[in-house]
Amino acid sequence: MNESVLLGAYVFVLAILLGLEVIGRVPSTLHTPLMSGTNAIHGIVLLGGIIVAGTADTPLLHILGFLAVFLGAGNVFGGFVVTDRMLEMFKKKPVEKR
Amino acid sequence: MIESYRQAVIDISYFVSALLFIYGLKRLSSPATARSGNQIAGLAMIIALVATFISPEINWSAANILIILVALVGGAAFGTYLARTVKMTAMPQMVALFNGMGGATAALVSVSEFTRFQHLFGAVSNSESLSVVVGTTIGAISFSGSMIAVGKLQEVISGRPIRFPMLQPLNLLLLIGIIALWVGAIAFNTGAWSVWLLFALALILGVTVVLPIGGADMPVVIAVLNSMTGLAAAAAGFVLHNQILIVAGALVGASGSLLTVLMSRAMNRSLANVMFGAFGSATTTVGSAEAGEAKPIRETTADDAAVAMAYANEVIIVPGYGLAVAQAQHQIRELSEELEKRGVTVKYAIHPVAGRMPGHMNVLLAEANVPYDELFEMEQINDEFERSDIALVVGANDVVNPAARSDTSSPIYGMPILNVDKAQTVIVLKRSMRPGFAGIENQLFHEPNTVMLFGDAKDSLTKLTTAVKES
Repeated sequence: MNESVLLGAYVFVLAILLGLEVIGRVPSTLHTPLMSGTNAIHGIVLLGGIIVAGTADTPLLHILGFLAVFLGAGNVFGGFVVTDRMLEMFKKKPVEKR
Repeated sequence: MIESYRQAVIDISYFVSALLFIYGLKRLSSPATARSGNQIAGLAMIIALVATFISPEINWSAANILIILVALVGGAAFGTYLARTVKMTAMPQMVALFNGMGGATAALVSVSEFTRFQHLFGAVSNSESLSVVVGTTIGAISFSGSMIAVGKLQEVISGRPIRFPMLQPLNLLLLIGIIALWVGAIAFNTGAWSVWLLFALALILGVTVVLPIGGADMPVVIAVLNSMTGLAAAAAGFVLHNQILIVAGALVGASGSLLTVLMSRAMNRSLANVMFGAFGSATTTVGSAEAGEAKPIRETTADDAAVAMAYANEVIIVPGYGLAVAQAQHQIRELSEELEKRGVTVKYAIHPVAGRMPGHMNVLLAEANVPYDELFEMEQINDEFERSDIALVVGANDVVNPAARSDTSSPIYGMPILNVDKAQTVIVLKRSMRPGFAGIENQLFHEPNTVMLFGDAKDSLTKLTTAVKES
């Protein structure tokens, strides 16, 4: 087995264990924002899209690269912005009026 | 020399980014730190993005620069625009849409890399083929499944479970086809066509798996698909030998599946039951509820209800999805402020699945500036109904159905509910007698201490507020 694949496998398994550990007990209040937040994080695959688009040398790959970057960027930026919009409203104390 | 510096900068950036993702995720899982957690994860994303831009493999030809910039700016603008303008009630669809976009990206990356490798080297190594087929399959299922979920939540597609004859054999056939293509691509180096075919079959499978699931279960479906997209991103990381993709993808894959379990537990549904059972088709089994029901319902007027509330000591408000549909979050806050002015204690009881997803109702009420400390989770408030004068149920149905406690034949039996029927008086604001998501009759409406106020939630609440002011 190729060394970088093996290293990748280690990283993958450890990150899985960490992912299970880090979340722990989330109150149901946070389920929606947390889902939205993790949803933005998997937009990391945008980097893959950039590499595809950046190494493309045929028309087909240009098109695929374009689509991958466009959709990935939508996932990343939309995901973080919408999560922030939700969490911004979670205020501990009410805003005093007058 | 310069090259090795460049690689070092990239490696260190990815490392820092991975740490920040983990730290951000940690902070995201607690209410007080959640917002900063999301921002830290966003920072991690920007660092990783910049590092990718300087990576040596990218060929900065004019065409590539143009394509990357246009796609990046266009996608970012599109996503940000949707994120800024979406109504909070439409949040589940929004998450599903972004999730589908991520899934599509993962699948496209996998397919493209396979095409390119084959073009460059003629054959693709076994381990790379494995990553490619995994990334393509999971990403494509996640994409098409998410699109169906969006359609169902947006009610473009019927929220009822859609079944057709031969569905199971079709799914089985698709599965066999997918496995055959996996084996072909990994062991026998079949060409790019097989990966494209795989992509197509996975797209169809995503549709046929999600279509038969009812609209009420879509949040759990999205949680599953969210976790799958994470894994697809990790698979793309294996294809590209990119550690940050593997780390972030695996984090989401794991935390997403945990979140799925937590969510189905909050909804009292086993995951297998959601994916393969049929909640929505329970509409036909209302027979048992009808049997014991001869008790009439009592209707009230806004004025009567307002007087009862104005002179109560404590009112517990139970908001449900109907409130969100009617966009009446602001009206309910006005009503509660008016009551508080008169010295009435007002509390909100939030069922874990109020709204359409766990936590959705908290977001909606927060949007209307309802103070966070008036919101109580089910366990905190359930014993308090006995001591309260009035429970005001606005657009909630299944989560206050006492059948979940007592009627073993009910499909929602065992689901934790809010004990509103223990309150002295229950006022139910409802559009009509139509049953809720689960399609079950609600005995609560026939109880002697329950009165119904029919009409649009927004209208009714406005009328109540005016009447409280005047009484």
